[in-house]
Amino acid sequence: MYQTRYLRAADVADAAAKLDDDAKLLAGGMTLLPTMKQRLASPEVLVDLADCGLSGIEDTGDAIKIGAMTRHVDVERSEIVQRAIPGLAALASHIGDRQVRNRGTIGGSLANNDPSACYPAAALALSATIHTNARDIEAEDYFLGMFETALEEDEIILAVSFPKPEAAAYAKFPNPASRYAIAGVFVARTTGDGVHVAVTGAGDDGVFRHAAMEAALNISFTPAALDDVEISSDEMISDIHADADYRAGLVREMAKRAVTACQA
Amino acid sequence: MVKICLTVNGASVNDDVPDNMLLVDFIRERLKLTGTHVGCDTSQCGACVIHLDGESVKSCSMLAAMADGKSVTTIEGIADGEKLHPMQEAFHQNHGLQCGFCTSGMVMSAIELVTNNPNASEQEIRDGLEGNICRCTGYHNIVKSVQAAAQVMSGR
Repeated sequence: MYQTRYLRAADVADAAAKLDDDAKLLAGGMTLLPTMKQRLASPEVLVDLADCGLSGIEDTGDAIKIGAMTRHVDVERSEIVQRAIPGLAALASHIGDRQVRNRGTIGGSLANNDPSACYPAAALALSATIHTNARDIEAEDYFLGMFETALEEDEIILAVSFPKPEAAAYAKFPNPASRYAIAGVFVARTTGDGVHVAVTGAGDDGVFRHAAMEAALNISFTPAALDDVEISSDEMISDIHADADYRAGLVREMAKRAVTACQA
Repeated sequence: MVKICLTVNGASVNDDVPDNMLLVDFIRERLKLTGTHVGCDTSQCGACVIHLDGESVKSCSMLAAMADGKSVTTIEGIADGEKLHPMQEAFHQNHGLQCGFCTSGMVMSAIELVTNNPNASEQEIRDGLEGNICRCTGYHNIVKSVQAAAQVMSGR
């Protein structure tokens, strides 16, 4: 890892003040630190958000609001989340491994927008709102491509609100070593907007919603309804783990598993 | 340089560390606690797993500076004097190691696993140790060791 300067922010305002061109926010560090170790990133300053009071989960009535520094393990074990959106708690329980879940945060995951991360699929499918220190951003406007988000340079995620669905579930085909999604599908029967299907791990431009699968499931919410849906491999990733055609097949299978889990 | 003050295996530690020093390097090189191992450079193998405030973390994926104010437990800190921790004893009795390189991480992960889930099934043990990779054993005796330790740790 190249040299860097480690700063611990006292609060969000202090964190914002410490952010300049060469600074990166540090949340759980489960992506940033391995990236820095590989010398793929070399921020001159790290601003640690650990003391900024951004952890916590609350039920706001229509939604579940999760603080940006809330760890995956805490979402996994939260009775509030398990009661209102069990598919989200289950998603958190399968991110990385136990050690990653003990450190990694939802804010870090969404700010990074790794094309193979799990939370972006949940946020997009559930039409989440990303609350920053400047504004609220709807999920449909937030994910702009692989590792790209709508966040400005000095913007800090404070919390994420997930509207409660009628039912929701996530199915992932994980890479056996990293446990990132080779393909992951989050299916939600939303309150008021029908079925949403968000796909991660497979698209070459990051997380996306699959209109054809949504249309089919709005007619018949069954795994069989997805049998004949066209799932194009055109804009899917081909890499050492799987080629685009294989990923397209995985997307269909994961979607069916998620639908089955919703019905359970 | 960052001043850090933390507890390691019950003892207070104060030091001045480079900002980019990894916690695993602090543990191994500054504190000379070399039971914690560096087995990869991709944060996947788990040989570096320690307890931070009682929870297992990969010390290769934390900065020493991030441990300021916290309590660290390494493999050197879990025995009770000369008496091995039940997890260590179980790995010994059940041939849960061959080369031993993954073992300290396995033991630390397994202790947390059993503490949180005393009646873990075989599948839950296998899934719960997904952050620890072993090249030698095929995991079979590791699982047996964890099952044996779980019996002792929950007084069965």
